[in-house]
Amino acid sequence: MTAALRLVDLTVSYDRHPAVHHVSAEIPAAEMTAIVGPNGAGKSTLLKALLGLAPHIEGRIECTAKRIAYLPQQAEIDRSFPISVFDTVLLGRWSRFGGFGAAKPVDINDARHAIKAVGLSGFERRPIDTLSVGQFQRVLFARVLLQDADLVLLDEPFAAIDSKTVADLMVLIQRWRAEQRTVVVVLHDLEQVRRDFPNALLLARELVDAGPTARVLSADNLLRARAMAEAWDEHADACEVPMRLSA
Amino acid sequence: MLYDTLIAPFADFGFMRRALVASLALSIGGSSIGVFLILRRMSLMGDALSHALLPGAALGFLLGGLSLPAMSLGGFLAGMATALVSGVIARFSSMREDASFAAAYLTAMALGVLIVSLRGSAVDLMNILFGAILAVDDTALILVVSTTTVTLVGLAAVYRPLVVECFNPGFLAAMGIRGSLYHYLFLALAVLNLVAGFQALGTLMALGLILLPAVAASFWAREVWSMTLIAAPMAFASAAIGLLVSFHAGLPSGPVIVLFASLFFVGSLLVGARASVRMRLSRAVHLRG
Repeated sequence: MTAALRLVDLTVSYDRHPAVHHVSAEIPAAEMTAIVGPNGAGKSTLLKALLGLAPHIEGRIECTAKRIAYLPQQAEIDRSFPISVFDTVLLGRWSRFGGFGAAKPVDINDARHAIKAVGLSGFERRPIDTLSVGQFQRVLFARVLLQDADLVLLDEPFAAIDSKTVADLMVLIQRWRAEQRTVVVVLHDLEQVRRDFPNALLLARELVDAGPTARVLSADNLLRARAMAEAWDEHADACEVPMRLSA
Repeated sequence: MLYDTLIAPFADFGFMRRALVASLALSIGGSSIGVFLILRRMSLMGDALSHALLPGAALGFLLGGLSLPAMSLGGFLAGMATALVSGVIARFSSMREDASFAAAYLTAMALGVLIVSLRGSAVDLMNILFGAILAVDDTALILVVSTTTVTLVGLAAVYRPLVVECFNPGFLAAMGIRGSLYHYLFLALAVLNLVAGFQALGTLMALGLILLPAVAASFWAREVWSMTLIAAPMAFASAAIGLLVSFHAGLPSGPVIVLFASLFFVGSLLVGARASVRMRLSRAVHLRG
């Protein structure tokens, strides 16, 4: 099993307080991995660090993926913005046409297919502020489809989404795995993780466990995760473990 | 009669013709800037920015007298300095950018008033604050029209990154594109338009012609490009009507123009096609599907 991502003693901090603390783990390539943990466990921060968006990183991230697609939490997008479904999806091809080039017919065609694949045919010209949360999530999935990435990062894609939509979107995720893409998903629904995801990474600022889901999500580990996440010390001393492995 | 009211002022007086051309140029460039200002939720920051021009314009006035190039250059530099300083403060502290902007522009405004009061009369201050569109000369006209050209070319160049940076900044960042670059390019264009507007309408009024038509257009259009297309004619219409009314009634042109722009805003708010009062009331009858 090759690793798509290798975290080596990774610490990510805001204002010197670590949100992710000395995490070393591997995320297998061409597999589906769920990142789980209580609120404030550093799951979104970890994704941001993988994208190079975290403010302060110590340790190392080794990534073999060439193209990364990222589905943010919906709160990070201005859903009242006047833009159509079609244009939003077509942005997935940014790497082809960049900020200034024109979209080619093949891109436009692919965008139509992606919109059809997520079940939104006929919605192309609709402004995004007329969509429901579930429909908008389908739009974002269509955009990820178009990005043709070898590493797909999804941050809580099923928050506040009904079960029919979750089932439809899970089909897409399964298909990505069949296409040998690495999929990393932040999730809260442990039942779903046990059912659909062969690998899991349990985070509580520090790594609790990473590996096969059945082992990682043991009752013991989950209890430990909760206890660790709640321990937050405003006046914590400087961490003594040598942090800087790389420049 | 109709000729006397609508055409004669422009046919007979050179200053009215120049004012009309200046407001046409300001309307086209400024309203597209206005659309992005409201989409970026920066309407009030635009206001702050327009106040921030004051110390630069005043310094230009102090050094070069009532020379438009000196005051414009000073205004542009002061506006950009305020935008950059507040951006840097926001980045290096946990302060939000609107708060650091407020701090920077209040400082700038106070400095500006102080500098004007060092030399010059209340009339000069009124000129800087409220402008004089009827005093637009050829230099000012060239400045305004060049600004519009630069604005349209500049906006066309950064249009797509700017749109994406507005509605989903993380998407650009995830692809390794620095959205802040486009943010500052846009701010530079906004300051440029405020400077172009301040000779004609004054620092306090220029933003009215930039922002009000854009807000009005948001009640009609569903996409960025159509908002811009609707905003520009509304801006020009308010400028042309405002010029005529101020000419016939002997009122100051700046405030009259801005008031007509607000009429467009109120009208759109009432009967616009999106999220207007009319649409809200007609919701009483719901559709079948």
